[in-house]
Amino acid sequence: MIPVAFDYQRAESAQHALDLLAEHGDEAKLIAGGHSLVPLMKFRLAAPSVLVDIGRLSGLSYVNDSGDHLAIGALTRHFDVENDPLVRSQCGLLAEATSKVGDPQVRHRGTIGGSVSHGDPASDIPSALIALRAVMVISGPGGQREVSSSDFFLGFLETAIGETELLTEIRVPKVPEASWSFQKFNRRAQDWAIVGASVLVDGDNVGVGLVNMDSRPVRAASVEDAVRTGASSADASALAAEGCDAPSDLNANAEFRAHLAAVLVRRGLEASGVA
Amino acid sequence: MRRSQLRFSQTRPKVKKLQVEVTVNGTRQSHDVEPRTLLVHYLRENCGLTGTNVGCDSSSCGACTVHLDGEAVKSCTIFAVQADGQSVTTIEGMADADGTLHPMQEAFHANHGLQCGYCTPGMVMAATSLLQEIPNATEAQVREGLEGNLCRCTGYHNIVKSVMACTRGGQQ
Repeated sequence: MIPVAFDYQRAESAQHALDLLAEHGDEAKLIAGGHSLVPLMKFRLAAPSVLVDIGRLSGLSYVNDSGDHLAIGALTRHFDVENDPLVRSQCGLLAEATSKVGDPQVRHRGTIGGSVSHGDPASDIPSALIALRAVMVISGPGGQREVSSSDFFLGFLETAIGETELLTEIRVPKVPEASWSFQKFNRRAQDWAIVGASVLVDGDNVGVGLVNMDSRPVRAASVEDAVRTGASSADASALAAEGCDAPSDLNANAEFRAHLAAVLVRRGLEASGVA
Repeated sequence: MRRSQLRFSQTRPKVKKLQVEVTVNGTRQSHDVEPRTLLVHYLRENCGLTGTNVGCDSSSCGACTVHLDGEAVKSCTIFAVQADGQSVTTIEGMADADGTLHPMQEAFHANHGLQCGYCTPGMVMAATSLLQEIPNATEAQVREGLEGNLCRCTGYHNIVKSVMACTRGGQQ
């Protein structure tokens, strides 16, 4: 499958990438690892006329300890996130969810920033970032701004990143003592989650993010509130699909997805020590 | 301003070929290609290396797996221009110049790790990359580590057996 023809520009720096975006506007699309974008282009579901390649911006590939949170560069590959000792010890849920993305070949190329910018409700990493209450750092012509993971995902493949902006960093609160669990239900190896759930319990800090339960990655706020006020995992998980507009497709209808969400959240809560 | 990933530009650029230089199996290759040329097509059509197969063409099956700077990747999901200046190893680059097979190829041969053979180049490339990362991989790690490679003959048993023979434990 051959994508529609496009012009290719390689960004030499983050500023250069912003300049190219400013120049080409909505004709341009950023490409990092390309493992979300290239399939879309091959299926001709996307046809940008200019690709701005930020894949060589190695300065945006890092995991830094920044006190109360880890700062993860947007171009850090899944393989590097899942194997990073800091991520594993401080934000284990993120390492686990990342290790379930695609397959090893995909994780050698795909980046955390690319996955997040894609805004796919079916992808694993956003659910973990929602549960962990991560913050996205977006750079644009006017400087940097921060957007919470709750406000970042706006719709199907739509995020808060503007046309002339670039996601540069993801800040993930450190929770070394937290109990957590990543649950993914799929039929075949390497498949997208039919439904997935990221669960994190750290005292009063309870986070639950859902995969493929709406048109965008969503938080299960009712479950979080219930656990915080002492509900059992069975009672809390019954609220998992509350407020969700779950999709129906060949794999599952909305009703089955709601059932799966409750089961996966219950398993996640139990694995995280909620009675 | 919201932006969707489903972007359709109204204007189309004039197709302009770009020079791409990739070191393939130790040999410097230089070709002018369209930016939309996929690495797998570059390898097969520009470099003439047809050992790398196109299977599903949608980054699921792993038949197109090659090493990019030493790591397994799916060459159907990378544009050749993205690999400019990097080094690629294909199945043709695995055996020694005198024809001595790579230990992984030898293990696939000895353990009958193939049936029709279509997935084999990708399996060998994925397996060697896996064992570089986890030299003493367990069977479970091998099975999970090869999840990006499909064998439609379902010959997984002997494929896993072949890879296990190349693990640190398997060589003892």
